[in-house]
Amino acid sequence: MGHDEYQKHDAKILTPTFIVLLTLTLIGFALIAVRFIKGIGAVTNMSDGYPWGIWITYDVATGTAIACGGYAMAILIYIRNHMHYHPMIRSAILTSMFGYGLAGFSVMVDVGRPWNSYNFFIPSKWQANSAMFEVALCVMAYTTVLLLEFLPAVLTTLEKTEWKTLQLLLDMLYSRMGMKRPERIGERLDKVKEVAAWLKPRLDKVLIFVIVLGITLPTMHQSSLGSLLLIASTKLHPLWHTGFLPLLFLINCMFIGYSIAILESVISCYAFKRPFETKELSGMARIIPWLTVIWLAVVIGDLAWRGQLGAALSFDFYSRFFLLEFCLVAGGSLLLFSGRKRESIRWLFASAVLIVLGGALYRFNVYLIGFNPGKGWHYFPSLAELMITVGIVAFEILGYQVLVKILPVLPKLHTRQQIDAGHAAEGKA
Amino acid sequence: MRKPSRRDFLKIMGATGAALLAGRAGAEASEEHHVNNETIGMLYDATKCVGCKACMSACKRVNSDYGSLSYEQAKFDSDGLWDAPEDLSGSTRTLIKLFKESDKQWSYVKYSCMHCQKPSCVSVCPVSAMTRDKMTGTVDYNKDACIGCRYCQVACAFNIPKFQWEKAIPQIVKCDLCKNTNLLKKGITACAEVCPVGAIMFGKRKDLLEEANKRLSENPGKYLNHIYGEKEVGGTNHLYLSAMQFNKLGLPVLANEAPAEFSEKIQHTIYKGFIAPVALYGTLCFVALKNMKGHGTDDKHSEKEEKGESDHGA
Ligand code: SF4
Ligand code: SF4
Ligand code: SF4
Repeated sequence: MGHDEYQKHDAKILTPTFIVLLTLTLIGFALIAVRFIKGIGAVTNMSDGYPWGIWITYDVATGTAIACGGYAMAILIYIRNHMHYHPMIRSAILTSMFGYGLAGFSVMVDVGRPWNSYNFFIPSKWQANSAMFEVALCVMAYTTVLLLEFLPAVLTTLEKTEWKTLQLLLDMLYSRMGMKRPERIGERLDKVKEVAAWLKPRLDKVLIFVIVLGITLPTMHQSSLGSLLLIASTKLHPLWHTGFLPLLFLINCMFIGYSIAILESVISCYAFKRPFETKELSGMARIIPWLTVIWLAVVIGDLAWRGQLGAALSFDFYSRFFLLEFCLVAGGSLLLFSGRKRESIRWLFASAVLIVLGGALYRFNVYLIGFNPGKGWHYFPSLAELMITVGIVAFEILGYQVLVKILPVLPKLHTRQQIDAGHAAEGKA
Repeated sequence: MRKPSRRDFLKIMGATGAALLAGRAGAEASEEHHVNNETIGMLYDATKCVGCKACMSACKRVNSDYGSLSYEQAKFDSDGLWDAPEDLSGSTRTLIKLFKESDKQWSYVKYSCMHCQKPSCVSVCPVSAMTRDKMTGTVDYNKDACIGCRYCQVACAFNIPKFQWEKAIPQIVKCDLCKNTNLLKKGITACAEVCPVGAIMFGKRKDLLEEANKRLSENPGKYLNHIYGEKEVGGTNHLYLSAMQFNKLGLPVLANEAPAEFSEKIQHTIYKGFIAPVALYGTLCFVALKNMKGHGTDDKHSEKEEKGESDHGA
């Protein structure tokens, strides 16, 4: 398993999709500027009753679960010892990196006094009782870990690069300014290459410890994302308020993680016109139903134990959202129990979509829909609020698209084709 | 390809889940919470209150600079003659409301921080911007530490902490028992000081409880036989007496257990001494290293491993 099992995707960067995503990103960032100038109230519908809106619910609580592909893949590869999935991990890590990085960014947009965040690093201010303290530190640490995990891809490129684009750019700049380009720049660039070459094998040696940290940290903070709502015992509907919130969030992020890894692979293969990775995907899909079955069992068992089954089936507002979430997850898993359906890209895709939607709805239910601060409070995100979230997601996809084109991220085609010779054609059908 | 078996599955669930569950048994160990009746608070008697709102204006006058309070304009009042807050807000720490069921059945109620004995807001604040003074029991807010995450708002069962949504440099606003203003200067809270009918009594919790019980026994039938805040959420230092159902006055019906006890129990169980996370990391490292080794020897990439280049890729 070397760095040579990945390749760049050779394609133009400036596509129509790129322009659309860029526009959305720019709109989002313009609105973020408004938020900082005029205050949070100027762009959002959040209120003292609903102090957490779509930014926390989607970008942080749900976005990080969707970014758990890297976590799920790392468990599969390094802990459950399925090394043949290894070629798929780099793109999973890249998406995780974007997911987490941007969740962190959203938090900075969401919090009112971000300049005080340095207090997280001051021991006298630490507050270990707070689930948010734990989430914040773990998410910061995990984002760093993801960067380290992704570093080899950057280093490999640096090592080999001829700096063609940069050279061109510099030439152009200097000729514009009517100057000759100094030699020093070339030397400096060579130096960077040397450092990259020096760093890479050393990083490789310790990387496994970083990777395992990358499994430990999400285990901690994904469960803590559930713990965050434990305190809201009077506001969160009893269908969702339970001592098992941390456990449910943990399992939830795992099955979302595997499903998202499937979706990512299918979508990127489709978009980049590569053969589908059917064999790996169906192998991975085998794990999902086990996770969801445990999750559903905990949900039902806990409801029964707390005597809330009646409420779950009462078909009122809350019950409907609960049943929807439940059926999406259960329905998606049911499909995956069938071996034949697991072999079909269409069914894989469909079930992964159902499970991701169900899993994400669970998080929405806990953070927003099942949250009722009392009479007189209502919340529905404002357009500007939504557009900021859309902008951040657009930026995420944009970054992914660009990076897979300039760095070796996607599995090398021949490596993978060796593994599942013949399957590609079938998967395409 | 090796088929993922149930055993495999249990292996991973064991590694990640066991650490969480194992600790749960030790939950009882978390420190018990005791009510301290020597701490200070206020007793608000809704049957005495005449709704003059002197407390509201005194609070704003005294705390406006220190607490970043401002006057709120009503829609009809284009000249800004009155301070007319509709609810507790980023400009208002305390508020009088009138609840009218019928011409005979009505009551005023005063809202402000309950100064809980086991405050949720303190328990959840990630940077210790919300603190409870052990001696006085006052729950105070420090804007220089606060990151504005609004978790305290989510956590408070009384919806007390308010956020300044319209400001570019916002902060949380809530009653601090005039800790740095009137109490410091005059030894009494501004709202209690100005109340013309003695509806707000300031003092030690034990004296407030004694007085409340005295009023209840001396005036049978006048009050509901309940001191709101005596037991709710583990006890609060702001206590209420009323003739009208408390939940009709916007004071929620709450259990006696503090929500913070429940959440901290679980959080402590998982993170006690940081043992579970470290154990998890250790176990996972062990498994991963073993897997890497096994992989290196019987694999076509073994050549690389022999060259001393341990090769995990990323
Ligand atoms: S009433 Fe709310 S803000 Fe006041 S101490 Fe209790 S939890 Fe904190
Ligand atoms: S908003 Fe401020 S005071 Fe409230 S929990 Fe967050 S950091 Fe603490
Ligand atoms: S105690 Fe002070 S800060 Fe609190 S409501 Fe009364 S006057 Fe306002």
